[in-house]
Amino acid sequence: MRPIESFEVPAPPRVNYINAQYGLKSWLLTKDHKRIALLYLGSITFFFFIGGLYALMIRLELLTPQGDLLQSTTYNKVFTQHGIIMIFFFLIPSIPATLGNFLIPMMIGAKDLAFPRINLLSWYIYLLGGVITIYALLAGGVDTGWTFYTPFSTTFSNSYVVATGLGIFINGFSSILTGLNFIVTIHTMRAPGMTWFRMPLFLWSHYATSLIMILGTPVVAITILLLAFERVARVGIFDPALGGDPVLFQHLFWFYSHPAVYIMVLPSMGVISELIANFSRKNIFGYSFVAFSSLAIAVFGFLVWGHHLFVTSQSVYAGMIFSFLSFAVAIPSAIKVFNWTATLYRSSISYDTPMLYALGFIGLFTVGGMTGLFLASLATDVHLSDTYFVVAHFHYIMVGGALMGYLGGLHYWWPKIAGRMYPEGWGRFSALIIFVGFNLTFLPQFIAGYLGMPRRYHAYPPEFQVFNVLSTAGASILGFGMLIPAIYFVWSMRYGKHAESNPWHLPGLEWRTQSPPPTENFEVTPIVTWEAYEFAPREETEVVGKFRPELERI
Amino acid sequence: MSEHIVSVRVYITIFLVLLVGTALTVLAAFIDFPWRLNTIVALTIAVVKATFVVLYFMHVRYSSRLVWVIVASALFWMGILFALTFSDYLTRDWISTQTG
Repeated sequence: MRPIESFEVPAPPRVNYINAQYGLKSWLLTKDHKRIALLYLGSITFFFFIGGLYALMIRLELLTPQGDLLQSTTYNKVFTQHGIIMIFFFLIPSIPATLGNFLIPMMIGAKDLAFPRINLLSWYIYLLGGVITIYALLAGGVDTGWTFYTPFSTTFSNSYVVATGLGIFINGFSSILTGLNFIVTIHTMRAPGMTWFRMPLFLWSHYATSLIMILGTPVVAITILLLAFERVARVGIFDPALGGDPVLFQHLFWFYSHPAVYIMVLPSMGVISELIANFSRKNIFGYSFVAFSSLAIAVFGFLVWGHHLFVTSQSVYAGMIFSFLSFAVAIPSAIKVFNWTATLYRSSISYDTPMLYALGFIGLFTVGGMTGLFLASLATDVHLSDTYFVVAHFHYIMVGGALMGYLGGLHYWWPKIAGRMYPEGWGRFSALIIFVGFNLTFLPQFIAGYLGMPRRYHAYPPEFQVFNVLSTAGASILGFGMLIPAIYFVWSMRYGKHAESNPWHLPGLEWRTQSPPPTENFEVTPIVTWEAYEFAPREETEVVGKFRPELERI
Repeated sequence: MSEHIVSVRVYITIFLVLLVGTALTVLAAFIDFPWRLNTIVALTIAVVKATFVVLYFMHVRYSSRLVWVIVASALFWMGILFALTFSDYLTRDWISTQTG
């Protein structure tokens, strides 16, 4: 055994990835995955802010039953643009492009991703797609709903459908390149000893996500192209007046867009697996089940899209198959939830901010998932389709699931990213505010929807007002809760307490290098001789330092 | 990793094959085949052309087995798209749309 002194925290090193080089050029031409992650972090926060402004407008309009703030056409544009910005420019890149970019090489003990230049290219493509979409919004906006359903989008809509579609089309390539980079990196660049089953579950979920990005995104790209052909050149593909079939569009669109839900939530599940195991200081219950359930979700996720078409002219037999398969995809999700819960059992839980988000995720994702089963049932879907029940359901998955994981992960790895601690008290406070605000926003929408309030209308019958007032009040609390982390993260970059290299006392590779890490991540390529989530007893780590001494190899 | 060098001759040959394929597609479009054969003929020519592009222009013919597996899985996924979409289109007539 080595002497205890060797485990003491070293003085903060001078050179790290942030101060290695200075100047705008060093950022705009960087090939460092950590810097690119920060570029993405800034850009997606910008888009999140725009999407949030649209959400604010929607909630303000719905405060009263009359359409008194926005005209109906403006309202159509507002909810469409809220969806497009939040889904394509925030949620899909959120965790993979920021936390995934930053952490995947570090977690497997590599110096960078397999294709650093392609990584930078993906950010520029994302920006190009974003600029074109913002141009479309400023020029007049788009009013088709984020789903671009035909024949409205190809024949009747007078808004900027093709320009918006082009922005999304281009942005898709950024997603494909990110997925490609992750898959090649995880296959070929793992450090010696880092076997597949020693990988943190964050990596399994990102691997599964990357598969969806590569296999699904080209389909939506082609679909958007076909839409543009029909709109511009009047080639009959989707419009019945031209000999096309509008339901074909929905098939093609949802072949990508349903799996895209898993692009949003799988990385979040990876974050939650890390948080649950690390903040209960216990090996995850059923590691291989959790790992393979990610792949199962990726595969099954491609087989369920038809549940979006239950109230169209889709054959009832196809409906039965899709309904059955949609119930099947609940199984791997449930495996994860039960295994996380089992991990908590008789563990040593600490309620730091990231763990609060993780516990929030489990509850909210379960509500979101279970209400999804209502919608996957052929008969109940007829009643609930196109109501606020659907809106509440997918917000529980996308905000309650994906966003909670993103915020939890951002807090958890912030000491590594910024080299500074965030203020813990404010962190816990805002996590609580966000949880309360979120539920107040979306729980009433389940009831309003069940009672028959349709989605996508700017005016509604007065009996639904009470639910909408509750919802708008909740959204205000939620928005306030989001502002707090935005402020203290920026504050902590300058004034936060200096972070140790391993502030949470964890065994993962990313915690075995300095905070913030040097450009090449590790001074020496690490050799992995331990399993993921191999924790020393708490007393031992507190006395000795960070890890069990025999695990210390770097 | 060793790179297979494809000769210019092969590229030109494939290019000519693709041109012939395009000409055939245009030609076939002017002929009124019975039943749904027009679509089938056009798609068959397109698939043949795509196969040439994948095998030669994209170098898959000279690539490792891993690349073949990737191509196969992409085709498999396209199979999923087709199969489940056709589970809708081919069964729409199975049930009478008359309701009481």
